[in-house]
Amino acid sequence: MAKKTDTGSTDKGSKTAVPKIEMRDVVKSFGSKRVLKGIDLAVNAEESLALIGTSGCGKSITLKCLLGLITADGGSIKVDGTEILGTDRRTLEGMRRRFGMTFQFGALFDSLPIWENVTFRLRQQQKMNRADARDLAVDTITQLGLSPQVIDQYPAELSGGMQKRVALARAIADKPEILLFDEPTSGLDPITGGVIDRLIIDAVKRLGATAMTISHDMASVRRIADKVAMIHNGVIIWCGSVEKMDDTGVPVVDQFVHGRAEGPLTTAAKEEARRG
Amino acid sequence: MIGFLQNIGRAALGFLAAFGRITLFTANAVRWTCLPPYYMRQFFRQVLDIGYFSLPVVGLTTLFSGMVLALQSYTGFARFSAEDTVATVVVLSVTRELGPVLAGLMVAGRIGASMAAEIGTMRVTDQIDALDTLSTRPMQYLVAPRILAGTICLPFLVLIGDLIGVFGGYIVGVYRLGFNPSIYLSRTLEYLEFSDVTLGLIKAAVFGFLIALMGCYHGYNSGRGAEGVGRATTNAVVSSSILILISNYLVTALFFG
Repeated sequence: MAKKTDTGSTDKGSKTAVPKIEMRDVVKSFGSKRVLKGIDLAVNAEESLALIGTSGCGKSITLKCLLGLITADGGSIKVDGTEILGTDRRTLEGMRRRFGMTFQFGALFDSLPIWENVTFRLRQQQKMNRADARDLAVDTITQLGLSPQVIDQYPAELSGGMQKRVALARAIADKPEILLFDEPTSGLDPITGGVIDRLIIDAVKRLGATAMTISHDMASVRRIADKVAMIHNGVIIWCGSVEKMDDTGVPVVDQFVHGRAEGPLTTAAKEEARRG
Repeated sequence: MIGFLQNIGRAALGFLAAFGRITLFTANAVRWTCLPPYYMRQFFRQVLDIGYFSLPVVGLTTLFSGMVLALQSYTGFARFSAEDTVATVVVLSVTRELGPVLAGLMVAGRIGASMAAEIGTMRVTDQIDALDTLSTRPMQYLVAPRILAGTICLPFLVLIGDLIGVFGGYIVGVYRLGFNPSIYLSRTLEYLEFSDVTLGLIKAAVFGFLIALMGCYHGYNSGRGAEGVGRATTNAVVSSSILILISNYLVTALFFG
């Protein structure tokens, strides 16, 4: 199958020659299973990229490799032109301060109240005092449409949609340059999903951040992304602007984007199941 | 025959790999326990959980063990008219062996399981990755305070457990077996040496370290889903219990004599 990529440059993207995030030929295996077989990806500053693909294709692994949570086996990962793959732990930790991330299931700390979840990094790293942290938590969650009373509650006391908002609040609380979202609307009803999308768009714009979002929700992708990349068989099989997503000419991408039950993805899945 | 040898080889490699992983984890845990920043709030939370909330279970265990020991040793020693050594046997057994081992096993069941379940749940719900993304080292934030608290709290728990166990023996000795209270007390203290107590406390510190280490290790490396966390919890309790019994012998042999 032909690999078809496009820089998908937008007006925002043309501001700088060096991509904010650049991944070249990133490979990762777990045992004998090669999950990433050579990911090539570039995201320009202030651009919003959506990463799509079937479940288990390696989208989350790609984000984790970018953050250094999982060490890629090979290739190159650059942020603002600086190589981060293979750097020492201290450099990696310094680089992570520029990122904010939300996880698929929120990953809020169960043992901490909401205000401490939201201001966790500021409290731990910058020793922000309690009163300032509470004020900041109130400001941040209010911007995301939550009531200030929520700050003293614990994550388990909140609904799924509220937890997603708190996770977003935690990701943006110290104004990172790069935001990563792992399935921000999964498990939410369409209305709440739409609200979360709008909050993400607002937050990314307000911070002037670069964003990468993993999503299976095509309506959400259309709302939040400037550019879309699809992973299939461990490589980026297509990358282009969101406007071109409906007519890529790549059968795998077309099937995924239009959610068709029959197509090359289904055939490949059946073949894989048959092989065991 | 070849299949049999392959199985042995596979098992040996698996064992060595697990040993290597645990050794690396231990070295990392000790390193991050010594280096700043220190998360004091996490540490005190663990002190409360391990030290304070384990007191009832340790107290009850040592109380009844002391009582049973008094009854059993009286039954045995009465057969060769050595009943007056019951108090000495109780205090030496409790301080040197029963206190640390029973407290260790009870805490392994209570705290080892809880640590593995808590950290395992954090692993499967991406909270550990979230810590990393928030520029906080999970080893320092989660593991170091638990290991430090376990190592410090167990000796205090055992010391209190020793007192309660000896008190259990006293209750049975005086109220059930009819010993004179002051004679029982004087016999309790007469042959007790400082080293008897310190040996028990050294053992307790080793047990506390091992319980926290195994709880953290199995939780940190928990498999996916509820099944993974369940297995991590079981493994934490089983491995820390076995290590308590092995290290009990090693420490006793080291200080024997």
